[in-house]
Amino acid sequence: MRRVRLSALSLFVLLGTALTSAAEDQLPPPAKKTVDFSKDIKPLLAKHCVACHGAKKQESGLRLDTRNHTLAGGDRGVAFSIGESAKSLMIRYVGGLDPDITMPPEGDLLSKPQVALLRAWIDQGAKWPKGIRIGGPAKTHWAYKPLARPTPPKLPPALAAKSHNPIDAFVLARLAANGLAPSPEAGRHTLVRRLSLDLLGLPPSPDEVDRFVADKTPDAYQRLVDKLLKSRHFGERWGRHWLDKARYADSDGYEKDRPRPNAWRWRDWVIDAVNQDMPFDQFTVEQIAGDLLPGANENQVLATAFHRQTLTNTEGGTDKEQWRVEAVFDRVETTGAVWLGLTVGCARCHSHKYDQISQREYYQFFAFYNNGDEMNSDVVTSADALKTFTRESAAHRKQLAKLETDLATARTKLQPAFEVWLAKQHQALDAAGKDPIRDLPLTGLAATGSGGIKLAVQKDNVVLASGPNPVTAVYTLVGRVEASSLSGLRLEVHPDKSLPKNGPGRASNGNFVVTGLKMELSDNESFAKATEAKLVQARSTFAQDKFPATNAIDGKPKTGWAISPQMGKPHNATFFLAKPISLKGPQHLRVTITQSYGGTHTLGRFRLVPLTGRQKHLGLPQPVLAAFEARNKKANDKKATAVLLDHFATVDKTTGPLIKQLAETRKKSPKRPQMSVRVIRQRTKSPRTTFLFQRGDFLRPQKTTPAIPAGLGVLPPVRPRHKDPKRLADRLDLARWLISDDNPLPPRVAVNHTWSHLFGKGLVRTINDFGIRGDKPTHPALLDWLATEYRRLKWSRKALIRIIVLSATYRQTSTTSEALATADPQNTLLGRQNRVRLQAEIIRDNSLTAAGLISRKIGGPSVFPPMPADVAALSYANNFKWIASKGADRFRRGMYTFFKRTAPHPNLTTFDCPDSNTTCVERRASNTPLQALTTLNNEVYVEASQAMARRVLGEKHVDDRGRLTRAFRLCVSRPPNSEELKGFAGLLEASREWYTEHADNAKSLVGNYNTKGTATDESAAWVATCRIMLNMDEFITRE
Amino acid sequence: MHALLSQTRRNFLTSSACGLGAAGLASLLSDDGLLAADAENPLAPKSTHFEPRAKSCIFIFMAGAPSHLDLFDPKPRLNQLHGQPMPDEQLKDVRFAFIKKDSVRLMGSKRKFRPFGECGTEFSDYLPHIGSCADDLLLVRSLHSDQFNHHPGQLLMQCGRGTFGLPTMGSWINYGLGSETRDLPGYVVLTSGRGSSGGATLWQSGFLPSLYAGVRFRTSGEPVLNLSNPSGLPPQLQRKGLDVLRQINGDRLAEQRDPEIASRIASYELAYRMQTAAPELIDLSSETKATHEMYGVDRKEIRKGGRGKAGNTYQSFARNCLLARRLVERGVRFVNLVYASWDHHSNLDNELAYNTHVVDQPIAALINDLKQRGLLDQTMVVWGAEFGRTPLGENRGGRPNVTGRDHHPFSFSMFLAGGGLKGGMVHGASDDIGWGVAEKPVHVNDLHATMLHSFGLDHLKLTHRFQGRDFRLTDVGGHVVKDWLA
Repeated sequence: MRRVRLSALSLFVLLGTALTSAAEDQLPPPAKKTVDFSKDIKPLLAKHCVACHGAKKQESGLRLDTRNHTLAGGDRGVAFSIGESAKSLMIRYVGGLDPDITMPPEGDLLSKPQVALLRAWIDQGAKWPKGIRIGGPAKTHWAYKPLARPTPPKLPPALAAKSHNPIDAFVLARLAANGLAPSPEAGRHTLVRRLSLDLLGLPPSPDEVDRFVADKTPDAYQRLVDKLLKSRHFGERWGRHWLDKARYADSDGYEKDRPRPNAWRWRDWVIDAVNQDMPFDQFTVEQIAGDLLPGANENQVLATAFHRQTLTNTEGGTDKEQWRVEAVFDRVETTGAVWLGLTVGCARCHSHKYDQISQREYYQFFAFYNNGDEMNSDVVTSADALKTFTRESAAHRKQLAKLETDLATARTKLQPAFEVWLAKQHQALDAAGKDPIRDLPLTGLAATGSGGIKLAVQKDNVVLASGPNPVTAVYTLVGRVEASSLSGLRLEVHPDKSLPKNGPGRASNGNFVVTGLKMELSDNESFAKATEAKLVQARSTFAQDKFPATNAIDGKPKTGWAISPQMGKPHNATFFLAKPISLKGPQHLRVTITQSYGGTHTLGRFRLVPLTGRQKHLGLPQPVLAAFEARNKKANDKKATAVLLDHFATVDKTTGPLIKQLAETRKKSPKRPQMSVRVIRQRTKSPRTTFLFQRGDFLRPQKTTPAIPAGLGVLPPVRPRHKDPKRLADRLDLARWLISDDNPLPPRVAVNHTWSHLFGKGLVRTINDFGIRGDKPTHPALLDWLATEYRRLKWSRKALIRIIVLSATYRQTSTTSEALATADPQNTLLGRQNRVRLQAEIIRDNSLTAAGLISRKIGGPSVFPPMPADVAALSYANNFKWIASKGADRFRRGMYTFFKRTAPHPNLTTFDCPDSNTTCVERRASNTPLQALTTLNNEVYVEASQAMARRVLGEKHVDDRGRLTRAFRLCVSRPPNSEELKGFAGLLEASREWYTEHADNAKSLVGNYNTKGTATDESAAWVATCRIMLNMDEFITRE
Repeated sequence: MHALLSQTRRNFLTSSACGLGAAGLASLLSDDGLLAADAENPLAPKSTHFEPRAKSCIFIFMAGAPSHLDLFDPKPRLNQLHGQPMPDEQLKDVRFAFIKKDSVRLMGSKRKFRPFGECGTEFSDYLPHIGSCADDLLLVRSLHSDQFNHHPGQLLMQCGRGTFGLPTMGSWINYGLGSETRDLPGYVVLTSGRGSSGGATLWQSGFLPSLYAGVRFRTSGEPVLNLSNPSGLPPQLQRKGLDVLRQINGDRLAEQRDPEIASRIASYELAYRMQTAAPELIDLSSETKATHEMYGVDRKEIRKGGRGKAGNTYQSFARNCLLARRLVERGVRFVNLVYASWDHHSNLDNELAYNTHVVDQPIAALINDLKQRGLLDQTMVVWGAEFGRTPLGENRGGRPNVTGRDHHPFSFSMFLAGGGLKGGMVHGASDDIGWGVAEKPVHVNDLHATMLHSFGLDHLKLTHRFQGRDFRLTDVGGHVVKDWLA
């Protein structure tokens, strides 16, 4: 690794800041002795350098207190490359060769012998004994310390009895040390609702509650946990936590904010991965670098869409590179926030003030992502759709196989009929050969045009149009033919100087469109009893795309034969009757040429020639004709005979239909259910070199020294998997580094996330900041124990959650006792559970569930529950229409609501749903009047009260009390106490009084949710009551 | 309620856990005369870093970026050079949204400028009404921004930096000062014209709690989303229902001792009061005929224009100006008045005529009205946009017919009035052709720093820690422009 960096960098040092040989002459030569680091170099660095380039301060992002830091260099590039002291920045500055910068900046310069020693040290390999840090062992920030598995404290027997697993040992010991006791286990109603909300985001049904409350077996709780972990809704709940981190949305963001109709496909990948309990290490690797995995499958490529959730700026006049770089910044910073719990963003512009992240390190991290291109990839739409496809494909293949067998069998019986056919065709072809197609003279030709067009008949019957040029025209040509048979007509078109662009048409570009061609024969000039000789076949020497000659005889007024772009040249089209007709004596011939396309697409100069004779091809395709020719030359030509047999099979009455059916069945082969998704793919052609951007400005790259992919100095180094030193580390190395055994930060951060989703707060309270300025963990040993446990559990998310929710700590009541309210109001000691306001989506899901309206469908395209029109209108130039979904899609879980970044659904944002523009590792829960107005008055919540009223009214209950109890339990699982019952009974009574007097109000409030057999005023009273129940604090809180 | 309080008060008010929630209830109940007002409420008025001059702000945000060269910054030299190319040297490192550099030419302004008021500040003939307020206006002709695309530029103007996830100015000011209204949100947004590039991100609270986000008052239907009770639910039953809810939540609070419950109770009560206060606010019938006429509330669509607009923008914008006054009268801290769009890449003369015709009279009326009511001293009115427009004619795609201007962040104009700032003054200057700043540059961060200063807030001290960093409205910049302070 180190060697890679040096060799690549030294090249740039050479180019960028090479010393002239003249300047080199001013340097003292390297000391001619074997340098001893501890004796010769360490004191020198300690005295002159590390005060500004050490653990405390990193001027120019450079540290010279450890070997790794020293070799990494600073904002100006590497300090030196091993073996190249003369060309190094360090020697340039300490040697006084730079006109602007000398080091140290104050005080005496280094003496010549000192510079000579430094040079010798660099040239001799910059040896630095392991573990030596100049300025003493600096205190390592807790979060960067290696992970070791702490032993859970031993508890005295009285406490041990309260402990379910090691988590409790850590917590109980801390509480005891502070003279506090844990809170008792929460009641069963609370436990089942808590678990259900935490694991699935859905409340338990009253039946499920009853079953759990009644289950007195000792493992009832554990079985409940295991059941919930198996539910497919688990993937929704925990997938949604991940989507927050991924800044997932259904639109581009920025001004235009175009929809991303396929974004949901990756959302479903997340749900599936969580449901299948994909280990967190694999989950990490596939999302960061799935495309780089050997033999990556389509799902692994799809996983990289994690980093395609970045915004896309398609505003007019943007600089593409600026926004590409912006997206890469976001990938770097999101990775930092999600896996490392660090704000690396500060280092985009300058070395981090607090967190020991230099600007150079930022761009080394950036370099991993800089060659990940934004691409699309095909992926199956869903696992279910794939199953259907597989089934249908198999059936289809079977059907094909049967047809093929039938056909093969039928073909074995073809020979006798084939031979008869062969003989007949040979005969017919011979006859045709004796009567070839040839021109017939046309005499007495007269031509007239519609709309006053003058048609002049010139020499050889060539007709020239002139005079008025209407948009459409009909030409009628009349003449005489004398022949024994008539088989067709040739229409020649000729250029002429009198026509636009030399014609042959009269359109401004010289084109024409013949839309109709009709030929009639008559015994006399009057054409009173004329018969049509119907033209059914056509071919031409040239035809415009989509304007073949056959269009002229298809009976449609706007299709026809045309010749663009081959104007200014002669062409012809030949039209044939179905078969030649015999003529009895001389005939009058009338041809009507219709040109109704418009735009003066009419003929300018042309000639009509009647034809006689037989077409040699008899309607047979060219290869078949060739085969007959071949047999004429060599009667037993096997190849030709085979061709003919194949052709015959298509016209034979037994095999023909089979062949047709086979072709049609083939066409109907089921399509693989695929869609195109946005993914990241490694750039292979002309990979980008990363440079540090001064002040984070992409227009100001510091071109002297490239940033080579590398991790953060405070953590163990990234180890590239390729042994070839010329190959740089890539995203896959980065991903594996994140979850490598010696990287302590990601498991700490990950278990803290999990903990916060189950307790409302993390063990590290600053969930988004594990850096110097963040809070220390409330239970450091517990955090590390969980982090090592996560690895021990092979990164199983479900196993980790299981062990936490099985702990006594998790099961405590969330009621704050008098004692705890005084002693530990912030609950840092975990002497109780926390009450947690439900998330935006879950609040809505809960109301819809209580009402019985919720659709439990998992996955698929995002949906559009009703939203006021003026909210969508806020998006740029009203470019977005929100068309409300119909049917069950109105009641899908909140996480499926289409998320439009510039105009998100207010029901989501009002309850602190993240804006999806940047990563969010922690949701807030604020209390605002807009929230109250939403759950009181918003369409979906009112509909929930209506439906819930109908639900309880439609059930059998003895009295109001029973019905109120039922409604109450639908909301919060537990039965109401007498005060609560009294309160709601009072509201019900007051509502009844009102609605019996106000029928109109009753009708409006009940809306479409009348209950059969219940008066509307009674229904309304229940709607009014349910509405308030759905607003109880307890209802939108996980206790 | 008294019983509940005596029971729980000690628990949640004396403990350090009470946080914001309990404070919310405390304040609410103190308003109801139920509790001594000694606890801190997140929205209660807060002490400032020093004596404030301004109490509220009306930010008139002209999304899309009007041309400063045709409204505020006369450039005779530019007119002389009309049709001339720019020196290559000056164009070298410049990026444009749409302009093609090789064939671009300078474009003079067809507007006539004349001096107004005693101060003699020049304004364009498109702004006769605003011009008439010249002696109250502080015109800044030397603003500059870092962003030249709309959405990032608008974010920079609202949040101090062109990136996502940050609080807007209105959020910061409410966060720093609290609210002086108990019936309305402290940060209200009024929109007219068409959807702006920034959409709802222009009044987001970013990493601050959503309590500090702007609440959009709508121009039709219910003034605030979900404000009205469901059809068929009378106010009497609403009150009865909320009483039951308060009782049940109160009991729960007594049992659980979670201050968040108190906060929730308070939020329902504020919601209830908003249900009365907001309709009263938007009902303009109590305003005199003279006021209606002054603002032009009942104007017809006089001219044609305003691409992509919704409804009668003459009326909606005038109405919003009058509403802004009514809002600050009622103690609302920050009003964001968004009007879009001024993005005149083409047909500038006609479109600018339309837009100025829509806004000129109501804005002048607002300033005069605030003044005559003695509110202008404590109300800061700010007129501005995300950037200005180029002195070059826009020749997008080599278009021969040049009728508009491109985006221009290097120098543009804004004006401010009241709120403890000087009037009748011009600050700074752009160069001869309005390309760059010639004198006294003011970065958007400086503008924000100075605005906060007028509110008694030190922009370096008004911070919020998020992800380990102490964020501020002025990002990493900002200097107070002392010259502006009256």
